[in-house]
This record gives sequence, C-alpha cells and structure tokens, in this order.
Amino acid sequence: MAAAQKQEVIVRAVDVHKVYRMGVEEVRALDGVTLDVYRGEYLCIMGPSGSGKSTLFNMIGGLDTPTRGKLEIEGYDLSGLGKAQLAWLRCNKVGYIFQQFNLIDVLTALENVTLPMTFAGLSGEEAESRATEVLTRVGLGERLHHLPSELSGGQQQRVAIARALGNQPGIVLADEPTGNLDLITGERIINLLKELSVEIGTTVVAVTHDMKMFDVSDRVSWIRDGRIERVARRDEIDIQVGGVRGRAGQGAPSQAPQEGEAQT
Amino acid sequence: MAQQQAAIISQQVNLPWSKAVEIAVKSLKKRLMRSTITMVSVILAIAFLMSIWLGNDVIDGLRELDRPDIDLLLLRNGVDLTQTGMSSKMVWLVSLSLVVCSVGIVNAMLMSVTERFREIGTMKCLGAMDRFIVRLFLVEAGIQGACGTLVGIVVGLAVGLVGSLITYGAPAVESLAWLDVAGSAGLAFVIGVGLSTVFAIYPAYVAASMQPVDAMRVEE
Repeated sequence: MAAAQKQEVIVRAVDVHKVYRMGVEEVRALDGVTLDVYRGEYLCIMGPSGSGKSTLFNMIGGLDTPTRGKLEIEGYDLSGLGKAQLAWLRCNKVGYIFQQFNLIDVLTALENVTLPMTFAGLSGEEAESRATEVLTRVGLGERLHHLPSELSGGQQQRVAIARALGNQPGIVLADEPTGNLDLITGERIINLLKELSVEIGTTVVAVTHDMKMFDVSDRVSWIRDGRIERVARRDEIDIQVGGVRGRAGQGAPSQAPQEGEAQT
Repeated sequence: MAQQQAAIISQQVNLPWSKAVEIAVKSLKKRLMRSTITMVSVILAIAFLMSIWLGNDVIDGLRELDRPDIDLLLLRNGVDLTQTGMSSKMVWLVSLSLVVCSVGIVNAMLMSVTERFREIGTMKCLGAMDRFIVRLFLVEAGIQGACGTLVGIVVGLAVGLVGSLITYGAPAVESLAWLDVAGSAGLAFVIGVGLSTVFAIYPAYVAASMQPVDAMRVEE
C-alpha cells in the first residue's frame, strides 16, 4: 500500500472513554483509546472478551457514542450527531458483517442486499441492478431469489458481504465473520473480503480470533482492559500455528522480525 | 461541521409504503400461527359486535313493518318496543370484548417484537431510522387487523342473519335496511383496524427505541 494513501485517516479516536452504569457500579469499557484507522487498510482488532473491543468496534460503526473523548468517522464527529444522523452515517458510510450473518430471514438474498439501499433512498430498479451486480461479484448471481434458509453458511455470509458493500461505504466492520463457518469456507470468505476491499478501496476493520485473518491484515491492534496495548503492522508479526508470537511489551518493531527468524 | 450535519438531514428518506407492506406481509406469513391466533381474537370481537349490530338492524326493520303478529314475536323475545339502539348491557358486553381483544393485540405484538430483537438490531445497523421500524410494525398490525376484521364482519353477519331467520323467519331479512347494515359493517371495519393499529403503537415504540447494540447482544 502506498505510503501517501496510508496517511488519510478515515476513523480517528482520540482519548475515547466509555463508562457503562450497571446498577450502582461503573464499568469502564474503554479507558482512553487513541487510534487512527487509515483509508483502504485492513485492520484486525484482537482482545480477550471483556477487553472493550466490542465497545470500540461498535463505536467505529456509529452504534455507540463515547462518554468522553473524540471519535470521528469520515470527518463526522460522533458526539455531535443525533439519532437520525447516526442512522444516516451507518447507512451510507459503514457496512456491517456479523458472525451470525444476520440476514433478514423473510427476505431473499437480493432483497436483503437492496434493503440498506432502500434506506439510503435509492429507487427500486436502481437498487436491484446494483444489488444484482454486487451479488454476482460475490459469486451468488444464480441465487438472487433464494431465502437465507435455502443458502449455506458461506453463501449467507457472501450475501452479508454484498449487503455491507451495497451502499459503497468507506468502512466495513466485520465481527468474527468466520466464527460460524468451517475452515475452508472461512478462508474463502476472508479472501473474498480482502479481494473486494482492495478492489473497491474500502477500509476493513475486523474483530477476530481467526489466524487466517492475520495473513490478509495490514495492521493488528491488541486491546486489553479498555486500552490499546499494541498496534503492529502485519510484517512485524510472526504467526505460527497455535498462536501469535509477537506479544505486548515486545512491541519494538525491530524485535518481532528477529523473533520470526528464530522460529522459522 | 454544521454544514455537514445539515447535509445529513436533507438526505434522510422514508421507507416507501410498498416496501413496508411487502416486509410486513412476509413477516406475517412467516409467523402464520401466531398472527392467526391474534387475528382470531379480532375476529371474535368484531363478529360479536357485528352480530349485535345486525340484530338491532333486524329489529328496527321488523318494528317498522308495524305488523301485530311480528310485534308480538318481538315482545316474546324480550325486545323493548319503545327503545332504540343498543341496551346498556349490550354496550357493556361489546366494550368488554373489544378491550379483551385489544389486550391480546398488545400482548401479541410485544411478543413479536421480543422475538425479533436481532432483526430490529440488524435493520438499525443497516441504517434504518426509528420511524422505519415503527412504520413496519404498525403496517403489520394494520394488515393483521384488517384481515381479522373482514373475517369478523362476515362471520358476524352470517351468525346474525341465521339467528334472526330462526327467530323471526323470512320477514327479518325482507324488512332489513341493507344500507344500515353496510354502515354498521363499515363502522366495525374502522373500529377493528383502528384498535389493531392504535394498540400496536406501544410495542412498535418499544421496538424502535431499542439501541442497536442491545438488540444485537440478545442471544437467540
């Protein structure tokens, strides 16, 4: 990826805090997160459950707003947006891919893809022709009129990818997109997502535990206890079957490749 | 920033009615069993109302015939010849049946909302605004109510006519002012659809005011 392209920031989080109230107790889900996501990059977010990664993920998608701090998506400051404006942002600027696919089960593949386009104000024919195009691109041109229940898991996730890309968003959020798929299908989905993101120039932010996802990522960010522990470029991390060897605290960029050499 | 936000507002669109109807019909078909049960409560309430109204129309028609034999028949059946319209007891019974029906509608729609947390959350993630969700649920309730009401009117008319024929014989139908019956049916339709829609407002509001994050967190 060109260095100049990397400079353009699509999501900027500056000292973001998020505090939830559970009864009398306060839960600090995010405790001062600062992170830039660059246009066109493929960023993986890792972290144990309860680390705040879901909160961060939801915020990047405009589903949640920070308690304190600043969060900008495509230049829009989230704290200044009302409910309807957040909905507009989600519709036009962000695409979602979920672990459970989350297709609307009474709608066909084509209707699922046209739904967000309808929300965005496209006319019926316009939406249909664009949706057909995207579905054909993800390899489902023959199954436009199938219901989700008539599609395999991999096919459902392809529909979800088509739906996420339908409004040509600047950023696509993927929440464990391979979590419900077998290994081979998962790999195909990851590769498809990578291909499309390069083709269209969409930014992808993925929450995952899937090592295959690392291979296609440009950067990986670890989050723990509501803080970003480490952000590393793909080439700074050594991956082996069974785990990631680059650990927090050893974050000096020169260290990781050396470690990689020692283990290969 | 202010300009950007103004641009956002100007681009907000509404969910087309045709789309809302299409999705609502598909959702109703998917949950045919429960929507049928909800419809049955509407059918029963409206059929009851309709049969009472038809009975009144029959009595009005017979009274206007001014035939002694028919008046005697009316008196034997406990009809107060001096009174017009529904007795207060009947008003009470009909109201009660409509209240029971309304409670059923609220209950069924709330269940429908709970069952569809994930679907609502997904729609919100895709950029559906609150009023899209409200429209979707109200259209669904309206269609459900309209179907139930139509069936209820037919059932009520049939039961009322057969009952009147058995009690009073052919004059009951011959003297009937069909225009009044049509008026009663129209009013029953408005009441049925109106109640179904009005009592779906609260469940629809519950659905629409859900945070997408919370909706997605619900396990299936």
